[in-house]
Amino acid sequence: MLALTIARLQLQELLRRRLFLVLLLLTIVVIALTTWGFSRIPSLGEGRGRPITTVEIAAIASQLLILVMFMFSFVLAFSAVFAASPAISSEVESGITLAMLARPITRLEYVVGKWLGLVATVLIYAVSAAAVQMVLVQIAVGYSAPHPIEFLGFVIGEAIVILTLSLLLSTRFAGMVGGVSGLILWGLAWMGGIVGSVGLVFDNATLTHVGTASKLILPTDGLWRGAVWSLEPASLIGAARAAGAAAAANPFFVADPPPPAYVVWCIIWIIGMLALAVWSFTRKEL
Amino acid sequence: MIDAPAIRTRELAKRYGSITALAGLTMTIPRGDIFGFLGPNGAGKTTAVKLLLGLTPPSSGEAEVLGAAIGDREALRRVGYLPELFRYQSWLTAREVLALHCELAGIDRAAWQREIADALAIIGLTDRGTGRIGTFSKGMQQRLGLGVALLGAPDLVILDEPTSALDPVGRHDVREIIRALGERGTTVFLNSHLLSEVEQVCHRVAIVDRGRVVAEGTLDELLGGDTVRIRASGLDRAAQTALSRFGQLDDEGEWLVIRGIDTERVPELVAEIVRLGGRVYAVEPRHESLEDRFLRLLGQPN
Repeated sequence: MLALTIARLQLQELLRRRLFLVLLLLTIVVIALTTWGFSRIPSLGEGRGRPITTVEIAAIASQLLILVMFMFSFVLAFSAVFAASPAISSEVESGITLAMLARPITRLEYVVGKWLGLVATVLIYAVSAAAVQMVLVQIAVGYSAPHPIEFLGFVIGEAIVILTLSLLLSTRFAGMVGGVSGLILWGLAWMGGIVGSVGLVFDNATLTHVGTASKLILPTDGLWRGAVWSLEPASLIGAARAAGAAAAANPFFVADPPPPAYVVWCIIWIIGMLALAVWSFTRKEL
Repeated sequence: MIDAPAIRTRELAKRYGSITALAGLTMTIPRGDIFGFLGPNGAGKTTAVKLLLGLTPPSSGEAEVLGAAIGDREALRRVGYLPELFRYQSWLTAREVLALHCELAGIDRAAWQREIADALAIIGLTDRGTGRIGTFSKGMQQRLGLGVALLGAPDLVILDEPTSALDPVGRHDVREIIRALGERGTTVFLNSHLLSEVEQVCHRVAIVDRGRVVAEGTLDELLGGDTVRIRASGLDRAAQTALSRFGQLDDEGEWLVIRGIDTERVPELVAEIVRLGGRVYAVEPRHESLEDRFLRLLGQPN
């Protein structure tokens, strides 16, 4: 039960700090600008003399939405890293943990509570921002992503993966160290995913294995690919399939959703990292 | 275990690599005692407190707090703790910090309002209850920390340097709070390097240096009576030996120091010196303070 107390406190902290307010304001600005951009798509045909077709609108809107959502997932992952990496270390540094953990609360409750609070923050932000963006795109150009729920699942999963890793780092390292490490690892995983795709195109087993290994070691990119897939209309996937292997090298195109086994692996990965964070903090000398 | 001592340790030790922070602490603190844990900076006082609260595991030895093993949840419910170096969540208000600790301590929710109001009144922050911690001075944070430690009328209150950030008025208030706790039967473990503070409120004292207890006992036992310094000449070794029946004798060259003597016996001592053929030039009786004793134990010149 005390884990929920810590979770509530963590959520309360993030909501009260200016960081969240800034993020919220910037998100509103970005959503307003992108919605305006989407609303201009139907006028693209004016220059060439004939009106743009519905299929073309869907193709352009889906590609744009993927780019916007890539930025969104990037912001979400960054915010998760910056919220999680000082979550424990800053409280250890300031002595807050001395006062709190001298109470009848276990380290397990403390770490799990922190994690729950961070996950709740990610959920609140991701669901509301992504839902508003998708609804506005629907209103502006009449395009709706084919798998919005799956998209949210994959993007939130990606954020939870990087958040859990950052929380683990936070049990041992200062916020800055954890934050920078978290971001570098996230970038490496993204690059690893591209390397894997290149390997597929050129039928190079080594590069393909690098991609697979990076997807397993840090599943952020693997989940991001699931998010891309859930935003692609069937017509786009069909066209890309016809184009052959070359399309696989595009980091913003994915032909198939991640297999269920991969999703299961991601869940195991998250639980494993959380367990490691609890273990690491339990052994920490305050 | 109501009759178990508040704190009992046996050869409790903590080493960080090759550094020994605490080397075999053995002590028993009965219920209701106001116990002063004294020592210079770096003597191992805070380490001892962290071990007792289960914040850090011991390298060897054992300890019981309120009759239970270190870190026992039920026992921790009845312990209040003010850490030495700490800050509370800057974005919470004083009331919210107190409410959070009521919750963590497992205090019945119906009692929170009263507990929080009482704590704020005791520490003199009633009118700052809704103020954000971020706007508090260090002294106010320390007062709040003391309030947090008092929540739920704990059986044992551990205070680690509770007055380090306080002005003289604040220090006086803390002494009064500690005395009130003592009258209520609460055991207080006071970690401090402020000797006068300990001397004014504690029943019993342990002096710790370089990770070891170098003296322990009641203040009377520790100070063991008064000291008299006498400047005298013409006393041979046999005469000095004869004088040692008055107390512990130290020959400091020109001066003789007799420790543990009752001041009532000083005229008798002077008469004896004269009878033994000595010539007395000056007599300086003085009450040995805890500071004298402390410095002597740590091998520092007075």
